[in-house]
Amino acid sequence: MDGTAIDSLLHGFVVLLTFKNMLLMMVGIILGIFVGVLPGLGGPNGVALLLPLTFTMDPTGAIVLLSCIYWGALFGGAITSILFNIPGEAWSVATTFDGYPMAQQGRAGEALTAAFTASFFGALAAVLLITFLAPLVARFALRFGPPEFFAVYFLTFCSFVGMGKEARHKILISMLIGFLLAAVGMDTVGGSLRMTFGFSDLLRGFDFLVAVIGLFGLSEILLTMEEKLAFEGKQAKLDLKVVWRTWKSLPRYWATLIRSAIAGCWLGITPGGAIAASFMGYGLAKRFSRDPDSFGTGRIEGVLAPETAAHAAGTSALLPMLALGIPGSGTAAVLLGGLMIWGLQPGPLLFVEHADFVWGLIASMYLGNIAGLILVLATVPLFAAILRVPFPTIASSVIVLCAIGAYAVHGAVFDIWLMVLFGVVGYVFKKLNYPLAPLALALVLGDRAEDAFRQTMIASRGNLTVFWSNSLVGSITSLALLLLLWPVLSDIMKRLRKSGDGVPTGAASG
Amino acid sequence: MNARFVAALFGAACFASLPALAAWEPTKPVEFVVPAGAGGASDQMARTIQGIVQKYNLMKQPFIIALKGGASGAEGLMAMKQAAGDPHKIIVAQSSLYTIPFATNLPFSWKDLTPVTLMAMDEFVLWDNAELPYRTTAEFLAAAKKVSATEPMKMGGTGSKREDHILTAFIESKAGVKFAYIPYKSGGEAATQLVGKHTDANVNNPSENIAQWRANQVRALCVFDKERLPYKAKVTETQSWADIPTCKETGLDIDYLMLRGIFIPGGGTAEQVEFYDQLMRKVAATAEWKDYMEKNALKEAPFGPAALKAFLEKDEPLHKQLMTEAKFLAAP
Repeated sequence: MDGTAIDSLLHGFVVLLTFKNMLLMMVGIILGIFVGVLPGLGGPNGVALLLPLTFTMDPTGAIVLLSCIYWGALFGGAITSILFNIPGEAWSVATTFDGYPMAQQGRAGEALTAAFTASFFGALAAVLLITFLAPLVARFALRFGPPEFFAVYFLTFCSFVGMGKEARHKILISMLIGFLLAAVGMDTVGGSLRMTFGFSDLLRGFDFLVAVIGLFGLSEILLTMEEKLAFEGKQAKLDLKVVWRTWKSLPRYWATLIRSAIAGCWLGITPGGAIAASFMGYGLAKRFSRDPDSFGTGRIEGVLAPETAAHAAGTSALLPMLALGIPGSGTAAVLLGGLMIWGLQPGPLLFVEHADFVWGLIASMYLGNIAGLILVLATVPLFAAILRVPFPTIASSVIVLCAIGAYAVHGAVFDIWLMVLFGVVGYVFKKLNYPLAPLALALVLGDRAEDAFRQTMIASRGNLTVFWSNSLVGSITSLALLLLLWPVLSDIMKRLRKSGDGVPTGAASG
Repeated sequence: MNARFVAALFGAACFASLPALAAWEPTKPVEFVVPAGAGGASDQMARTIQGIVQKYNLMKQPFIIALKGGASGAEGLMAMKQAAGDPHKIIVAQSSLYTIPFATNLPFSWKDLTPVTLMAMDEFVLWDNAELPYRTTAEFLAAAKKVSATEPMKMGGTGSKREDHILTAFIESKAGVKFAYIPYKSGGEAATQLVGKHTDANVNNPSENIAQWRANQVRALCVFDKERLPYKAKVTETQSWADIPTCKETGLDIDYLMLRGIFIPGGGTAEQVEFYDQLMRKVAATAEWKDYMEKNALKEAPFGPAALKAFLEKDEPLHKQLMTEAKFLAAP
């Protein structure tokens, strides 16, 4: 089996290594980086815009171009997250948690290098998985029905509640607001409209990207204006040596990288997607860290973990698309439409009937990511230098960027106002010390989790034991509950140990 | 003689070009509204049309595709309603034109738009998992009937109170069975959930299940139409689309089709309708379009606004009746 995989892959490289395809690859990556940098435009929109251009191309060239836009967008999404606290892509939200503080401390170069390298590592892990385990993995993805999906979402939520450093009630309140907002729009399971109050603009619901651009990007500008009117990234040294210095420190974090890559691959092949993966990667890194409280203040693991996971998930999301015809992400959905227009039918037979195409694509994943890494690393000093521009100039351009981003998601002016509103909400949240991440997480996964739960309940006729009906769903659910109750459990353990020592305990400290 | 002939030809040419001069055509890029998500069937149809128009240079202005899939496409419908009088917007619509308003009280009716033409009819097929022992519709329904009261079979589909759900309710009342209907976000999801045995059957459109059918993971039991599909080329190792029996042949007397048609916003003039109708006829005459139709097992439909209107006037009351019987209508 492995022998044939390597043969096929080598054949794929032969297909790919023509001047035309290499050129398309570079063009795709550069376009993708731009798409990723512009918040709101995003991978799916970028790919969709260029789709008509590819109709006259041969399928291999077309998929190389479009998938390289995707890789480029995956790389580029980290840039604005780190520099301005604006997630360029939904899966970059978790990167802002530590990436932005790093940039503020003058370590933007280090953060960018870490993000890009981690992205590359994640993608590589996913491509290796696709190369050698495609048929096996495709079968595994089929085991995911509604209860399994719900368990995965539940796990993501629980890992957040169980380990935030803010007060638990604040995390819960923030998350519940997110659930509320996620419920606006069409209710897939009930078939009716909810909380649209007759406004056409609310039919879309609250788009995750519009919300996070306001919540994270705009609110940060408001806060900075109030506090000191300056970024602290001015003294950043601008040379390529930062890349080597950062690389030298990376092997220390091998455990974080591997953990995130596994989480990412796993969520990518189940359509949990890159967004859930990035949050879970961050959560896992924090959970296993010796010093979890320092997360959020500029830890390099806080950048490495979500980026590795997001890129691993984003890449492995193409596997269910090719092998099963189900897209694991928004961009994969657009590529899927493209495949059909080029005359290729995604599904179990694609690997057999269009081996040239499939292995050409897989080969382009290797080369595209290597080329992408080199390209983005070369731009690190350039992007880090942006922070030397005086704050008023930066702030006004960031606000314009936020507005363009919010508009680009659906081409709706209403979304710009929504973004401004979310900016104010974000500002108030930060002032009151409420965490924003749980809101963002609940907004993006809330309705999917709700759908999965209600689908499960229809199928099981209201029986909750279905969440332990097989080993797969049972272990995910149990792990989720364990994470949720961890703080309580560890509290009890501590107290038991204390009373066991015979030390008199004072009033319960909550 | 010769001169007269030339003069006659010239006259004829003038005559032929006169209406062309007076005819309307777009003066700026045309927004092609897709009331569905990226990569779905409507999106593919719009992009195929866009690609053909571009390739054969059928229109001076380009098409720009605008995905407005919010609230199962209600977003796109409302955007068209609000664009009344703007002939630079067209939409590729389907039965959700009336199923969404009926189910949700959305203030929309197809009469808010100007019908241009049908592009095709989409079929529905009853599929079950190939590993189930039921080889025919009759066997499947008999088995479903047996468990109706205790643990009903699971039927997957796209959305709730929409085409798939309505058809499921139709089968339930005709065959006297009960299913547990599980709504998914897309037909693709319904297809993989069937292969993963999380559901027992679905009523997907041909294009939504073709990949799984070709891999022998699902079985096509019957097609909900009066006659079989015309496509005789083998799709799986042993079967073509034409080999699937109609549901009526197998004893389940239901025919149910979904329109895929083109509309412009309300208040469109006859010239504007004529322009888009002619454009779509030219698109439909290309080899690419025929190929697209066969690949997705779409059924040909008559062109022109009159045929579309006639279909709508028959299909809307049918849906109202079916949805009333299934209790899918929203409370007023």
